[in-house]
Amino acid sequence: MITRREFLQASVAASAIYGVSGFGNWSKLAAQQALTQDQLLQFDDFGNVTLIHITDIHAQLKPVWFREPEWNIGVGEAKGVPPHVVGRDFIQMFNLKPQSPEAYALTYEDFVALGKTYGKMGGMDRVATVVKAIRAARPEALLLDGGDTWHGSMTSFLTKGQDVVNVMNALGVEAMTSHWEWTYGTERVKEIVETQLNFPFLGANIFDAEWDEPAFEPYQFFERGGVKIAVIGQAFPYMPIANPRWMFPEYSFGIREERMQEMVDEVRAAGAELVVCLSHNGFDVDRKMVSRVKGIDVILTGHTHDAVPEPVLVGETILIASGSHGKFISRVDLDVRDGRMMGFRHKLIPIFADVIEPDAEMAGLIDAERAPFKDQLEEKIGTTESLLYRRGNFQGTWDDLICDAVRSERDAQIALSPGVRWGASLMPGDAITREDIHNVTSMTYGQVYRTEMTGEMLRTILEDVADNLFNTDPYYQQGGDMVRVGGMGFAIDISKPIGSRISEMTLSDTGEAIDAARSYTVAGWASVNEGTEGPQIWDVVESHIRKQGTVSVAPTNSVKVTGI
Amino acid sequence: MTMKLSRRDALWAGLGGLASATLANPMFAATVEELTAGFTGGAAAGTGGITLTAPEIAENGNTVPVSVSAPGAVAIMLLAAGNPEPAVATFTFGPAAGSQTAATRIRLAKTQDVIALAKMADGSIVQAQATVKVTIGGCGG
Repeated sequence: MITRREFLQASVAASAIYGVSGFGNWSKLAAQQALTQDQLLQFDDFGNVTLIHITDIHAQLKPVWFREPEWNIGVGEAKGVPPHVVGRDFIQMFNLKPQSPEAYALTYEDFVALGKTYGKMGGMDRVATVVKAIRAARPEALLLDGGDTWHGSMTSFLTKGQDVVNVMNALGVEAMTSHWEWTYGTERVKEIVETQLNFPFLGANIFDAEWDEPAFEPYQFFERGGVKIAVIGQAFPYMPIANPRWMFPEYSFGIREERMQEMVDEVRAAGAELVVCLSHNGFDVDRKMVSRVKGIDVILTGHTHDAVPEPVLVGETILIASGSHGKFISRVDLDVRDGRMMGFRHKLIPIFADVIEPDAEMAGLIDAERAPFKDQLEEKIGTTESLLYRRGNFQGTWDDLICDAVRSERDAQIALSPGVRWGASLMPGDAITREDIHNVTSMTYGQVYRTEMTGEMLRTILEDVADNLFNTDPYYQQGGDMVRVGGMGFAIDISKPIGSRISEMTLSDTGEAIDAARSYTVAGWASVNEGTEGPQIWDVVESHIRKQGTVSVAPTNSVKVTGI
Repeated sequence: MTMKLSRRDALWAGLGGLASATLANPMFAATVEELTAGFTGGAAAGTGGITLTAPEIAENGNTVPVSVSAPGAVAIMLLAAGNPEPAVATFTFGPAAGSQTAATRIRLAKTQDVIALAKMADGSIVQAQATVKVTIGGCGG
């Protein structure tokens, strides 16, 4: 394990760019018992351009608990390097102090105990306070949203994203790109883009499926601090594969590396002095893309939900990863002179909900958006005795509970639950409200199917999803986590190629080996097939939790991982 | 309610092509080696001077857009190495051709390499290949 210092030096040495990251002094502040809003926002203005990046908020307008992953395995060249560093190794690499606010915000260890000390994170009213403070210091700061914005909560589902759109307009976002936005369907996306958004919806890689021609604005120019800035948008490349293609059949996506290079060349030719890529590729895909596409100064990366406290340098490009669910925003100050980026100063600003004062105007707007649904949202369905979390390469207690619900409510031997990375956590002792259930299940294709599958088919699914995570070429990774299973266990050797990673598939109730030729009853949700029938997942989970009253989820060891 | 899903439906997306793979009879299909030998006349293939563009992951395995460009080529052959019938198409370019570029959509039965071979005016051969993954899809962040 290389230390943070070695890592940063190694990166900087390879580049002419000089830079500073302002994350490392929280430990001192915490030791002084003096974590304040001013200190969280403290930043010595630098250079002539300021970028503000927020991404993957998944419609979380209110503060949440969010436990960072315990498992985030990197493969190939990404092995052991950010963002594939967790827990103690992360604390060591970035020179954090265990138990400190930053250790709580960025790692999973002691999450429950530290949560009591440091509280929830996020909330768009707190984010608004931070954005306003940055703009007070730097009136021309450019605010960019990396997408996965309109989806992920009960209110966003009920308003088809309208509540979040209103909030992001009020926040003063200046450009965005997209992923889950598309799961509202082409018509709704177009309606919002054409009649609602105060800012462009960029996607250089969104093409007309029939004619294979660009279909959305690829980039936007901004004049800030006397600098001509081009922001190129890159939507989630695997849209029609990871999400239901039938909801947006008019469009094709893909990484389209050659297209990105063309766009960079085009904006440079048009006089751009700073080229920013606002991307929803995912960290590893972006790291590979900027090693091959020349001329991007800053890539604001999203999709994989990584919060990385320092920029990662690839050649002369800096990668900025700003976490998810409103937990963080990044401020990046840049020194742009003579048509090139000479240096940067960066801070990943943690949104501690109890430390940062909510912006009154935004708090009012959020409450107004919630008002029509308040009773439905806040109805208590049950209580949890256990920490409920999702994020991580395998399983997670929220998904264990969801799989239990699916198996018992749909009377199936085996449950499958998608390995998405969104979904807030709940602390032991917390009430489970209807809104909490939606926060981990909300989607426009939440029907819980029930069917029969052979052992062979189940294995094919596990192998296929595993390759989306553990293919050593990032361009073949879709950026989710492993499909969650209930009622069965398996072993996975991540170092093997597709088709030979999965073994020891067993039914957990009996320990019996799963037979390739036999059929099993399987229930699951989030099928990308049109016409999938069944009750909505949030209703299934609600019904299950109501019957239990108080839920307790023991850690499972149903997945055996080797080859790390 | 119980929903009866076919294998193809149950696999959520994309793998649909597999079901049709058995329709072609591999007994009669020429192999990649045979097709390559026929096209090249045994000349070894070099690299460079040929650009093959294909998606990393197919959005729909039944219709995958592929384009190939080889300036100066007199013929380009496209192969899908993992299909029961690997031959996709051979494009020939006459002296009046404005550019030696071809684009088409192909059906891929499973994850495989797509291979493009170009024959130059002097008889030399260049080759490019790309792996196209045909997947049932995961679930993104």
